[in-house]
Amino acid sequence: MTTVTRRRALRYFGVSVAIAAASFAMPTSAQERTSIRIGYAISKTGPNSGGAGITTLPNYQLWVKDVNDAGGLELPDGSKLPIEVIEYDDRSSAEEVVRAVERLAAQDKVDFILPPWGTGFNLAVAPLFDRFGYPQLAVSAVTDKAPEFVQRWKKSYWLLGGGHDYTNALAGLLSKAAEAGEINKKVAMISVADGFGIDLVTAARPSFQEAGFEIVYDVTYPAGTTDFTPMINEATGSGADSFIAFSYPPETFAITQQAQVAKFNPKVLYLGVGTGFPAYGANNGENAEGIMSLGGIDPNNAENAAYRKRHEEVVGQAPDLWGSVVTYNSLQMLQQAIQRRGLDKEAVADELSNGTFQTVLGEVKLEDNQLRKLWFGGQWQNGQFVAVAPVDREGAAPAILPKPEWK
Amino acid sequence: MKTIIGFAVAAIAFGLLALAPFYLDAYGIGLLIGMTGYVTLASAWGLFSGRTGYVSLATVAFFGIGAYAVAALNETLPYPVILLVAAGIGLVVALIVGLATLRLAGVYFVIFTFGLAELIRQLVTWFETTVTGTLGRYIFLPLGPEHIYWQLLALCAVTLLITWWVDRSRLGMALRVIADDEVVASHIGIDIARTKIALFVISAVLITLVGAIQAPRWTYVEPAIVFNPTVSFLTLIMALLGGAARLWGPALGAIPLFILFEWLSANFPNHYSILLGLLFIVIVFLLPRGVVGLLERLRAPSAPLDQAAGTSAPAQGKAASQEVRG
Repeated sequence: MTTVTRRRALRYFGVSVAIAAASFAMPTSAQERTSIRIGYAISKTGPNSGGAGITTLPNYQLWVKDVNDAGGLELPDGSKLPIEVIEYDDRSSAEEVVRAVERLAAQDKVDFILPPWGTGFNLAVAPLFDRFGYPQLAVSAVTDKAPEFVQRWKKSYWLLGGGHDYTNALAGLLSKAAEAGEINKKVAMISVADGFGIDLVTAARPSFQEAGFEIVYDVTYPAGTTDFTPMINEATGSGADSFIAFSYPPETFAITQQAQVAKFNPKVLYLGVGTGFPAYGANNGENAEGIMSLGGIDPNNAENAAYRKRHEEVVGQAPDLWGSVVTYNSLQMLQQAIQRRGLDKEAVADELSNGTFQTVLGEVKLEDNQLRKLWFGGQWQNGQFVAVAPVDREGAAPAILPKPEWK
Repeated sequence: MKTIIGFAVAAIAFGLLALAPFYLDAYGIGLLIGMTGYVTLASAWGLFSGRTGYVSLATVAFFGIGAYAVAALNETLPYPVILLVAAGIGLVVALIVGLATLRLAGVYFVIFTFGLAELIRQLVTWFETTVTGTLGRYIFLPLGPEHIYWQLLALCAVTLLITWWVDRSRLGMALRVIADDEVVASHIGIDIARTKIALFVISAVLITLVGAIQAPRWTYVEPAIVFNPTVSFLTLIMALLGGAARLWGPALGAIPLFILFEWLSANFPNHYSILLGLLFIVIVFLLPRGVVGLLERLRAPSAPLDQAAGTSAPAQGKAASQEVRG
């Protein structure tokens, strides 16, 4: 009985293979160029869709609309071609994002590929961008290994800094405040036991030690924790003037609420991802005042203000105050590199490495394929998330210390 | 004689598939990697679940163990040794889990295996945060997509060979008796627990190796990436569509479904999840016994039922009905 079944089965197996072969042998016809094809794979569903839907995807859409409304991408000869978008959903799966980028490069033969969201996914596709020669303008990937990656993948660009940048900037700000006698030299830290929290807390320990701070409380909690009362109580008793939480959005919101209930008002309150969401400022109103986090914007930058307004009109929500503007900036860099050097990927990559660009961040020039001139710390001041660190950078607002009382 | 012909045809098919990377572009190879990966996962899943009726959702637990072992060891050990260590870890975990749980019946086992993936993910996270102080790990191995594909193809062949061998061995005989009636089986002296554990361990080691071989493709590994529960569900639905108790059944389910998923995600990226859900419902209602079951039913008028359906059909029916209940 089994051989009969197997023979039948084999026949079907063969048919399936033939179908498979036919499906990826589909020809892509050469045609007169009427558009510039730009593709990307992004997490539209699954656990990563929250972050991708705030920092990355709206900016891709806004940029494509801005460019096409202005007649398209300009080429060196002055002609303009509209952008044709090819978009895939990676469903928050690493295997899916790898295959989608292979499809964009080998099947769709797009002119440029925009990177996915997240450190892990940017690394997953980096070898492919490199193999196919596409420049990779990675924004939503905070990594201390960027200098190493640039050596490995020459056309990769890392625009959001590494964990040490953020914690060094914070330590610098706290040192300045401690020297001025505004706070004591003790910090209490909690961090989420997941990629972001671990990267940041591992970087923070040496940063604070070098700055002469004593870490009096340092615990890690599992992602999804909802009750922070015990940690807040311990931090209250630790005698530290600064409380730092490297948290994810749900916890950032929860800690803000529970600190108010516990009347826990440290002189420095620094929270993680989510603090820079427009909704955070809107929900917490006056109570957001004085709270610090990663990122921040320069309110005196007119181009950035115009970008924020346009983002809100087109997308229907304000951009977040950390990665969004850097994402839009990366697209403007690509646009200007194409305008100067055309569609040759090699030439565009060279321009991205060495050129100077005028973007929503002002004048931008990469150092060793990395954006180093960034705002690493911000603070809510009068309803705006204002950049306060690094303290020695021009345009940094003075931090309000101590943090005002809860209302 | 027929067996020899069957082997020859399979060998030629695998030989042709091994040549595919020389003719296909990167996307084609990527597609074959995904497809071969799922054929192997579904076949390995069918080897245990299809033959015992124990529906396991632990696929991604072992898949993730394999991937994480490669990520943890890729800088310290030569690659073949890493694969051996990964297989060894999979084996030990499967033994512990098997000894502890294979006395659970039906739906309790399903729930336990589902929890197992999350348990292992949390254990890895705990270990990484408290002991090593990092979470993500990098895999920089000099392996191109074609190397990953060839390894997967070889593993796929091994999986099918083991399945073929099990079906003809004393182990397979014992399984058929157990699937028919556990009480009878124990009365005639079959060690039920040992038989099930043996099969569970073989299946788990194969699944672990799929994860280990595929991991270098992602460069960066963290628990959220490798312990993605979707892998368990897709494997299960593929094996059930094809017919989990048959040698070629899981492959018959995995190949068309994989191509369909790919087509859906390339052409309907925004409606993928809805279409997938509808598809699952259709499969459960129209093909409760899988493609192979359907073929056998179509054949039934010309051949006596017991001859066409074979003795291992009850196990398959059991697996399918358990899925519907669960």
